[in-house]
Amino acid sequence: MRIPCPLCGTRDRREFWYRGAAVDLERPAPDAGVEAWDDFVYLRENPAGPTRELWYHEGGCGAWLVVERDTVTHEIGRVALASEERS
Amino acid sequence: MRFSGLRVLKEGLTGNRGWTPHWRDPDPNSDYDVVIIGGGGHGLSTAYYLARDHGITNVAVLEKGYLGGGNVGRNTTIVRANYFLPGNSEFYSHSLKLWEGLEEDLNYNVMHSQRGLINLFHSDGQRDAFARRGNAMLAQGDDAVLLGRDELRPMLPYLNFDDLRFPIYGGLYHPRGGTARHDAVAWGYARGADRRGVDLIQNCEVTGIDIEGGAVKGVQTTRGAIRAKKVAMVVAGRSSQVAALAGMRLPIESHVLQAYVTEGLKPCIDHVVSFGMGHFYISQSDKGGLVFGGDLDFYASYAARGNLPGVEQVMEAGMALMPMIGKARVLRSWGGIMDMSPDGSPIIDKTHVDGLFVNCGWNYGGFKAVPGSGNVLAHLIATGTHHQNATGFRLDRFRTGRGIIDEEGKGSQHNLH
Ligand SMILES: Cc1cc2nc3c(=O)[nH]c(=O)nc-3n(C[C@H](O)[C@H](O)[C@H](O)COP(=O)(O)OP(=O)(O)OC[C@H]3O[C@@H](n4cnc5c(N)ncnc54)[C@H](O)[C@@H]3O)c2cc1C
Ligand SMILES: [Zn+2]
Repeated sequence: MRIPCPLCGTRDRREFWYRGAAVDLERPAPDAGVEAWDDFVYLRENPAGPTRELWYHEGGCGAWLVVERDTVTHEIGRVALASEERS
Repeated sequence: MRFSGLRVLKEGLTGNRGWTPHWRDPDPNSDYDVVIIGGGGHGLSTAYYLARDHGITNVAVLEKGYLGGGNVGRNTTIVRANYFLPGNSEFYSHSLKLWEGLEEDLNYNVMHSQRGLINLFHSDGQRDAFARRGNAMLAQGDDAVLLGRDELRPMLPYLNFDDLRFPIYGGLYHPRGGTARHDAVAWGYARGADRRGVDLIQNCEVTGIDIEGGAVKGVQTTRGAIRAKKVAMVVAGRSSQVAALAGMRLPIESHVLQAYVTEGLKPCIDHVVSFGMGHFYISQSDKGGLVFGGDLDFYASYAARGNLPGVEQVMEAGMALMPMIGKARVLRSWGGIMDMSPDGSPIIDKTHVDGLFVNCGWNYGGFKAVPGSGNVLAHLIATGTHHQNATGFRLDRFRTGRGIIDEEGKGSQHNLH
C-alpha cells in the first residue's frame, strides 16, 4: 500500500501511522452529552468498502491526512490535508 | 456413527467405505426457537451447548458460506488461559476446562495438545509483570511457572538467548496451554449440534433482521425469511455489518491479522513460544509446519490478505528470536479479519432489541474461547442471565466507562490493541 501525500508525493505505507476513521474532524462539544461522546470515541461505521480515515505522515512531513480508502481492495482514492478538510 | 479406535481399524481394513457424512444438509424451516447467525466456532458451539445444556434443539445455525470457512479455520490454533484481569481470567479458565473434556464430550478428535506455552521476558520489569500475571493465573486456579534463563535453556535450546538488544531473561510457563486442530473443532461442534437436532444451514446469508415493537421476530436470508423467537449474531469479522441490520453501531473496527506456515520439518519446536519484545509467536503443527504470526497490519481492512510491511516485521522478529527459522521456507501466508474492540476484550451480551443477542470483539484470541463463548452465550440465551464466568463482557462498558477490561494496559481506544 502506498499513500500519495499532497506535500511529499507517493510514499510507502510504513511512513504513515494510522489513526482510524476520520471522526476527529467533527469532535462533539464538551457538553454534547454521553451519547454523542460514545458515538465519537467508540462506535464506528466500520464499513466494508469505501471509507474515510486519518493517517499521520510521521516519517515524512508530519501532516495529518484524510485518506479515502477501500477496506476490501485496499485501493487508495483521494488524499487531502486534514487542516483543509475540517469544516 | 460413533468414532472409536476399533472403528478406525475396521474401516482401514475395509477400504473406508463405512464412513457417513458428519451432519445433515437440511433446508431451512420457516420457524425456530433460536436462530444463530454465523457458522464459525462460536456459532456452532453456541448451538451445541443450547442443545446439550438447555434442551433447546429447535435451533438453526445460518452460515453464508460453508461451516468453518471463516476465522475458525484461519487462526494459529493457540489455546491458553493466561489472563490477568477479572472478567477475562475466570472466563478463559472456564473455556480451558471445557477444552480439556472436549474430545470425550464430542466423540471427536480435535487434536487438543497441551504442549505448554511459554511467554518470554527480556528485562527485569517484564519479569516482574509476568510474575504478577503468573500469580493471577494461580489465584484463578490455573497453572503457571516462572522459569529463569537456566531452566529455559534445556527446554528451548534454539533460542537466541544473548541477543544484544533483547537478551532472554526467562519465561512464564503455562503447562496446560497448547494448540488444537482448528477445523476439527468446528466440525466436532457441528456434528455434535446436528446429532442433537440443530439444523446447520449453509450458503444462507442473513440480509435482514426483523424487529417489531422492539422485539426480534426473525431474519431475512438468501434462502427466504425465517421466523425466530431469539436471534444471536455470532459473525466474527462481519459484526458491524450484521449489527447494522438491527440498526446498531458497534464499538468495533475490523483489522487484518496475517499468519504464516513453513514447509513440514522434523519436530524441533515442542511448545508454543512467544517473544516478549516485538510481537511474534510460534508453534509446530502435527504435520511439521512451523506456524507463526505477529501483529495486526494496523489499518482497517476486510481483505483476507495483508501487506508486505506486516510480513517483514514478523519475519524480522522471528529471525531475532530464533535464527534457525531462517533455514525454513515459508509455504504460505494468509490473513483473517479481526473484530477489534477498544479495550481488546470481547462482547457477549443482550442488545436494545428483545431477544437479540450479540457475540463479537474477539480480537486476536477468539479460538481458545470457542468452547467457553458458546457455553456462556447459550446460558444467556436460555436463561436471560449472564453466566457467572462471563459477567464482564458488557456491550455498554464503553459508554458508561464501567468495567473496561484492558488486559494490556494500553488504554481504551480504537487502534491501540
Ligand atoms: C491469522 C489469525 C490467527 C489467529 N490466531 C489465534 C490463536 O492462535 N488463538 C486464538 O485463540 N485465536 C486466534 N485467532 C482469532 C480467532 O480465529 C477468532 O477470534 C475466532 O475464530 C472468531 O470466531 P468464529 O470462529 O466464530 O469466527 P468465524 O469462523 O469467522 O465465524 C463467523 C462466521 O459468520 C459467517 N457470517 C458472516 N456474516 C454472515 C451473514 N450475514 N449471514 C450468515 N453468516 C454470516 C461467516 O461466513 C463466518 O463463517 C486468530 C485469527 C486470525 C485471523
Ligand atoms: Zn507528507
